[in-house]
Amino acid sequence: MHPAPSLILFTSLSGLGFGLLTFLGLATPGLVGWHAFLAFALAFGLACGGLLSSLLHLGNPQRAWRALSQWRSSWLSREGVLAIATLMAFAPVAMARIWWLTDLPLLAVVASLLALTTVFATAMIYAQLRTVPRWHHPLVPAVFLASTLTGGALLSGQTAAAALFLVVLGGLQAAYWHLGDGLFAASGSDMTSATGLGRAGSVRLLERPHTGASYLTKEMMFQVGRRRVVALRRLFWVLGIALPLLFVVLAILTQGLGASLTPLSLLAASASHIVGLIAARWLFYAQAEHVVALYYGAQA
Amino acid sequence: MTSLPASTQRALGLAIDLDTCVGCHACIIACKEWNTANYGAPLSDRDAYGSDPVGTFLNRVHTYEYQPADSDSLDFQVTHFPKSCLHCEDAPCVTVCPTGASYKRSEDGIVLVNEEACIGCGLCAWACPYGARELDATAGVMKKCTLCVDRIYNENLPEVDREPACVRTCPAGARHFGDFADPGSQVSQLVRERGSITLMPEMETKPVNAYLPPRPKQQACGHTASAVQAKSAPETASPTGFLAWLDGALSRLEGSSSDKTA
Repeated sequence: MHPAPSLILFTSLSGLGFGLLTFLGLATPGLVGWHAFLAFALAFGLACGGLLSSLLHLGNPQRAWRALSQWRSSWLSREGVLAIATLMAFAPVAMARIWWLTDLPLLAVVASLLALTTVFATAMIYAQLRTVPRWHHPLVPAVFLASTLTGGALLSGQTAAAALFLVVLGGLQAAYWHLGDGLFAASGSDMTSATGLGRAGSVRLLERPHTGASYLTKEMMFQVGRRRVVALRRLFWVLGIALPLLFVVLAILTQGLGASLTPLSLLAASASHIVGLIAARWLFYAQAEHVVALYYGAQA
Repeated sequence: MTSLPASTQRALGLAIDLDTCVGCHACIIACKEWNTANYGAPLSDRDAYGSDPVGTFLNRVHTYEYQPADSDSLDFQVTHFPKSCLHCEDAPCVTVCPTGASYKRSEDGIVLVNEEACIGCGLCAWACPYGARELDATAGVMKKCTLCVDRIYNENLPEVDREPACVRTCPAGARHFGDFADPGSQVSQLVRERGSITLMPEMETKPVNAYLPPRPKQQACGHTASAVQAKSAPETASPTGFLAWLDGALSRLEGSSSDKTA
């Protein structure tokens, strides 16, 4: 699939924003005043920035409000509704912390659960699609949620949680990449099932339907990212998991030593993790094969 | 609503005869012409006369070669394969739509896009296994086969033209339009007689359009390598009839019997 920058930014940034909101809601009830303002500003900025970036992907963004109407049947619609509900639920929590220096514990828990449900809905936009076997798997929402919790823990400075979720994310991502490579072959779709022609495995494309490119070849048959799979996965392991884990351990060890060492380590961990996350997200799109490629002679 | 109707009164669709299609692409041109001038946004082209033209089409003809399933022949058979929206009973493109722009009509089963409500997110095209939907780069809305909804009910057209443009134009008679829910319709009869291929049955989309399979080729296919060699060998048999008399007469002129020369 075409790895549109708007979609990579959408899922990465909104995931980080909702992750940070989750930790602000659940783990830092004592964060009030100016500190709360900065933390919530970052969280709302990331979440809204991601959502706005998703609008860039639309052919007619001025009608985006219509996407809130079909939550009964559409995961994309549910994602939009849940995102707005989450932001609205966090607004009073943030205001209470910033101006009245008090916590609204019950609403904070509800809002945090809404944030995680939003990320689940984002993942389901992809996981629901049978036509992209690599996405049609329960590990997709698991990786998205683990990624959100990791980013949220890092950005909110929860060192123990960050270390734990970095390990969990690494495990889930390894499992997903391992299984994902075989999902297209296991889907049962090949040129014979696509065309219904001839002896199994004997059908091949003699002539393409068009000599140039088309929306289908540009959108569903993107090839560039697949050549760099090994490099991009390595980038994720080093920048997304290993380095952040190192910095988080450093942050834990330097706690109480110097005033600036811990936050600096966390900043380095977060920055490195975000680069690794974007590499993994690029691959999530670029590596995903759509079954329509079979009509164009792709080998399953 | 982007929920699918529980059932449709009629199931309008196409029966495409893979045996008859000659791969002339006339259906594509007729489709592009009609649908650019009528229902919804035009099917735009970019760089149409340049080096890298890209355009929106609702119908594409692929060409495949394959070894027939019912013989052990080594020969390949060629089949042209027109592909457009199959107007599926369980259309995955409809349920994923966040705005309700994509819908399946309960009266005749046609899957349509309300372009006024389409935000151009492209998710329906991702959900379609057949590549039947293309996002128009100029209008930013999703385009797909409408089964020429603005022809088939159009009383301003002569009755003979009230069928999809691709069907009307097909010079080989490879495309048939009708109601698959009516067992007496021509398309239902064709499917009963010829059977039909379901494209990607594992996707469980229950397509309405039917693909009539290619008939086994009796002459071109079914040949083993030795049979092909025997047929293409030079002619050596003795002539019969008039040619035999002529042959005999010529050999007598040469002054020797035809038996000796043979």
